[in-house]
Amino acid sequence: MGYKLTRDDFAQVIHRLSGQYRIYAPVLKKGAGRFTDTDVVRYDFVTDADEIELTKKSDYAFKEFLTPLSETLFYFTESKVTEAELPDTPVLIFLRSCDMHAIKRLDQIYLQNGSMPDWFYNRRRELVKFVLIGCSHSYENCFCVSMGSNIAPDGYVFSVDVRDDEVLCDVPDVAFDSFFAAGTQQNVVPCHVTENETRVTVPENIPLSIFKDPLWDEYTTRCIGCGRCNFVCPTCTCYTMQDVYYTDNGRVGERRRVGASCMVDGFTNVAGGGQYRKTQGERMRFKVLHKISDHKKRFGVNMCVGCGRCDDVCPEYISYSNIINKVNDAVNAAGKEA
Amino acid sequence: MGKLDVNVPKLKKNAFRYSKVRGETASRVRIPGGVIDAASLQRVVDIANKYGKGVIDITNRQGIEIPGIPLEDVPEVNKEVQLIIDSLRINQDEKGTGYPSSGTRNIEACPGARLCPFGCYDTTAFAQKMEKEIFPNDRHVKVAFTGCSNDCAKVRLADFGIMGMTEPQYDPDRCVACGQCINYCKKRSVGALSLVNGKVHRDTAKCIGCGVCVTYCPTRAWTRSKEHYFRLVLLGRTGKKNPRLAQDFIKWCDEESILKIVKNAYAYIEEYIDPNAVEHKEHIGYIVDRTGFDKFKEYILQGVTLSDKAEMMHTMYWGGNHYDRYDS
Repeated sequence: MGYKLTRDDFAQVIHRLSGQYRIYAPVLKKGAGRFTDTDVVRYDFVTDADEIELTKKSDYAFKEFLTPLSETLFYFTESKVTEAELPDTPVLIFLRSCDMHAIKRLDQIYLQNGSMPDWFYNRRRELVKFVLIGCSHSYENCFCVSMGSNIAPDGYVFSVDVRDDEVLCDVPDVAFDSFFAAGTQQNVVPCHVTENETRVTVPENIPLSIFKDPLWDEYTTRCIGCGRCNFVCPTCTCYTMQDVYYTDNGRVGERRRVGASCMVDGFTNVAGGGQYRKTQGERMRFKVLHKISDHKKRFGVNMCVGCGRCDDVCPEYISYSNIINKVNDAVNAAGKEA
Repeated sequence: MGKLDVNVPKLKKNAFRYSKVRGETASRVRIPGGVIDAASLQRVVDIANKYGKGVIDITNRQGIEIPGIPLEDVPEVNKEVQLIIDSLRINQDEKGTGYPSSGTRNIEACPGARLCPFGCYDTTAFAQKMEKEIFPNDRHVKVAFTGCSNDCAKVRLADFGIMGMTEPQYDPDRCVACGQCINYCKKRSVGALSLVNGKVHRDTAKCIGCGVCVTYCPTRAWTRSKEHYFRLVLLGRTGKKNPRLAQDFIKWCDEESILKIVKNAYAYIEEYIDPNAVEHKEHIGYIVDRTGFDKFKEYILQGVTLSDKAEMMHTMYWGGNHYDRYDS
């Protein structure tokens, strides 16, 4: 069932939902950008419809609830381990189509990769329902159409499209119908884009010769290894561990899981002083091939969903989408030589 | 060329240079904050072509001088600079008469937060605000603004140097201990950050509020404070007797206090300037050397209420060579 609501009615929907759910949505944080008097759009908990940033693409992704940048997993004493508490209130996450597609990738890594699901991810995942933000237009650097993530998969409880003074909601989950009683019933199809200015062609079979291709070399001097591309990516899942011993009593402490980036120095350090990928060019190669080839080999879908946040955020103006096309050109050139 | 009879002190006060080339002068165009609109710059070009010699000097204090102007053309040039004065919103008593004074020097500013990734505030806007408060005044005062502790504007050579500060705000829940803030603070700044139990510790005594940690943080764990803060440095100078760098007076100062302090300095100068100073011009620093810093401080802090965050030096010492002494 779909509904047409006034903005005031929609605000009431959010108000009522916030009584039962923790609402996690993109929020414009004034002055919290990198530079003086610049803003950032990142996820946070809200209770009011006005707090939700529905017009801009978020700079950081929704994954920060499912895979927090820093999460205490458990506390330990000399003989006991206690899992950190997590409020059991269900969570509604507002996100766009590309990010809906990212959930599948996160689940593949945390629930279907290895012999057992990740307990800490799973307990968060089970709390979550999704609200789809429709895209009436493409944003800068989006290439969802190329990656096939422009149309949302099933699984959202309702959708939101704001048009002038009206809010249109598709509500496939009947359990949510009651929240929309003030609206007018009508058929609603969530907005989606059908073309982006940025287009990529992901090559099907990438030969191993790509490892030695000179296309990676320029990134050794261009990339500063800050890892922003990973931290904003809705599908990057790498983390590292911190075992922290409290300073007042060195026999108790906590284990934290924190985000990690394959572009940041130290990611491939191993005991004995080895480091597998030393240059930023090698790290770029690893990241790009992971996104458009390696994940697919294991799980059947490309990891990248084409949100373009990595291109939005890169302080060195490196375009990942452009690299995909460079890889495609290199693969085609190699094919002709063979 | 008729017989010249020029009131030189009046000429200088009117922002025209006394030139070594007899019969010529240079028109000094004031550009507070160092930003001029293209139309005004075109007018400068037009004046240089029409009255000067087609040459424009860029001054050390971000102003412009149009040299080679015949002294008898001063009234005409004053009419021509009116549109520049209007466009740059320079305080003026009577239109068409040029700049009303020249003693308080052009207020300098680096590009600051308008353009620079490290700028902690809009230096140009603050410079223009300061200009409105203290110009015209013929006392020799130099004020300069710089966006951060890099001090690209070299404000430590000014009487009043204003350096931008931000108080880094840390959200440990967004920190992944990637170490970039620590690394860049060490390499580009003072090394005030360290990793303690997987989170970053900021040594507040060492931190200079430059914001490098915020600029390099990839996760927004570090953000800037809502408030813009300033480091006010005092009484730097170049010159023959005792060139020296300005020293810190107040850290974490607010904008309003800085405006008041600089304005207050003029009353101090009126009271204590050497009545026999050559051309009635004496750098404030030398006056303070005579009266002692306490007297100066008493004047400049009148009506100033600093916030709890502000850290003020109660007494101050300057260095530099004393070429006017045998022990220098």
